[in-house]
Amino acid sequence: MALLKRLARRDLPVIPFILDGVACEGRAGDTIMTAALTLTDQLRRGDFSGTPRAGFCQMGACQDCWVLAADGRRLRACTTRLEPGMDLRTRPEKRS
Amino acid sequence: MTPLLRPLIVGAGPAGIRAAEVLANAGIRPLLVDEAPLGGGQIYRQRLVADERSPRDLYGSEARKATALHETIAALPDRVDYWPQALVWNIGGNVADIAVAGHNRRTDFTHLILATGATDRVLPFAGWTTPGVFSLGGAQVALKSQGCAIGERVVFLGSGPLLYLVAWQYMKAGAKVEAVLDTAPLSAKLNLLRGLALQPGVILRGMRYAAELVARGVPVLYGVEPVRVEGDARVTAIVWQERGVEKRIACDAIGFGLGLRSETQLADLAGCRFLFDTRDRAWRPERDAAGRTSVARVYIAGDGAGIAGADAAELGGERAGLAVLEDAGLPPDPSRVRDLEQKSAALERFRSILESAFPFPDGWTDKLADDVVLCRCEEIAVGEARLAAGTMGVVEINRLKALTRIGMGRCQGRMCGTSAAEVLAASCGRSLDAVGRLRAQAPVKPLPLDLAAEEVAA
Repeated sequence: MALLKRLARRDLPVIPFILDGVACEGRAGDTIMTAALTLTDQLRRGDFSGTPRAGFCQMGACQDCWVLAADGRRLRACTTRLEPGMDLRTRPEKRS
Repeated sequence: MTPLLRPLIVGAGPAGIRAAEVLANAGIRPLLVDEAPLGGGQIYRQRLVADERSPRDLYGSEARKATALHETIAALPDRVDYWPQALVWNIGGNVADIAVAGHNRRTDFTHLILATGATDRVLPFAGWTTPGVFSLGGAQVALKSQGCAIGERVVFLGSGPLLYLVAWQYMKAGAKVEAVLDTAPLSAKLNLLRGLALQPGVILRGMRYAAELVARGVPVLYGVEPVRVEGDARVTAIVWQERGVEKRIACDAIGFGLGLRSETQLADLAGCRFLFDTRDRAWRPERDAAGRTSVARVYIAGDGAGIAGADAAELGGERAGLAVLEDAGLPPDPSRVRDLEQKSAALERFRSILESAFPFPDGWTDKLADDVVLCRCEEIAVGEARLAAGTMGVVEINRLKALTRIGMGRCQGRMCGTSAAEVLAASCGRSLDAVGRLRAQAPVKPLPLDLAAEEVAA
C-alpha cells in the first residue's frame, strides 16, 4: 500500500498520529507526506475528477499534496512537519 | 556611518544566504525570508532532524559546499533577521506582505533581492497525475531530506543533469532503479565534450554516474518518448516509444523532469521587465551581470532569472549583495566584483553546453492526445486549450487562462505554464514568445483564510 519506501531514518523516535482513523507511527523529522505515504498511497482526491493524488513536486510549488486534517484545516503535506497527534484524512468520508 | 538600509532577501538557498552574508559583513541587517524551516534551498536542503547519514551521504560531491553554506546560515541570526517558514506572497512598491506563523506582516524594504530559485520544468503525458509520479527534484528531496525512495521500483524519465544524478543517488542509497529513460537522443551527449575544458570535474562525474548505472545493469535508454503511465490508484508501469517502437516496463514510481524553470512570480509583482529566452523557451526577468533588474533597487540572484545551478547562485547572491552596497553608496572591492562576474559568465557558458546536451524535447505537446491532463490543479485537458485556440481564436496565454482556467489553480501555472504556452503556440500558429507569459497574481501561493493582518514595522 505504501508509496514511499524508507531507506534511512528508520530508527528515529516514533511520532504517533492518526491516518484515516487508524493510529499510526511516523518518525521524528518526517513531513506529513513522508509519514502518510510510507503507509498509504494517496493524500487527497482531485478536486473535479476525484482521482487519487499523492503530490508531485515535493518542494511546495505544485500544491498537489494538500491533505485534510480532522479539524478542517488543509495542510501542505510536503512542507509541513508531522506533529504528534495529528489526525489526517486522505480519503473523503463516506456520506451517510 | 552605515546608511539606514533594510534589504529584504527572499529565499535562503545558496544565493540568498550568500547575499545575506555579504550585507551582514558590511554592517547592514537584512531581513531573510524563506519558506523552509531550515536554510539551504532545495539543492542543499537540510533534514528536519539529524539522522545516521553523513553530509557525504546526503550531498555527495557537493558535501563541502553544502556544509559551508549551512554553517554560514547557522552563524547569521545574530546579524540578520531570519524568518524561516515564512512566505512572501505579495510585493507592491517597496512593501512586501509576508505570511509568518499565522500572521501577515506587511514589511517595508529599501532593497529587494529575489533568490526564489527554481522547480522542475515538466510537460504533461498520459497518466502523469497518478500517485507515484513525482518530479525529479522531488525524488531527490524525498531521498535527501526524508531518507525515502519514491517507490520500490523506480524509473527516472526526462532530461537534464539531474536525471543521472538522482538515478545514481537512488542506486547508491539502495533503491531499485528499473530504468533511466532519457528523452534526448544519445547524439546530444556529444555536446558534453565541449564542456570538458570548462568544467571537467562536472562532466566526468556525470559520465561516471551514467557508467555506474549501466555497470550495475540499469537500462539507460535515449530518445525516449513517454506514451502513458499505467495504473489507476498508483503507478504500475510506464509505456514509451523508442524510434517508433513501443516498450513497457513495470515500476511503481517515476521521477520525471526536463531541466528546471525559474520561479519568477515575485519578480513579476515587483514590476521587473521580462525577456524571452529562446534557448530556454521561457520568459525570465531581465538582469545585468550584478543581478540588477529593470526596477531600481530590485535584484535577482540564483536560478530565479535563468537556470545556472548552485555554484552560480552562490556567486550571484554575493554579487547582488555587493550591488546593493554599491547602489547605497558603499563601493565594494572592484577585484572581487570582477572575479564574481567572470566566474558567473563562465558558468553561464557551461550552462549553454548542458542545455544542448539535455535539450528541451521537440514536438512533445504536439503528440499529446486531447484527453491528457494539462493543468493538474483545475484538471483541464490539452484538448480544451486546443479548442480555445481553434474555436475561440485565443492567441494569448492570459486569455487562455481566463477562458479555460488553465494556470488559475493553486499552483498558479508553475506546473502547467510551460506546456500551456507550447500547446497554445502550436494550436494558434504563433511563436512561443508571441503567446506571451502568464501574469503573476498575489497571493503567489495559497494562504490560510484566517491569516491575521498585522501591521508590523520589521
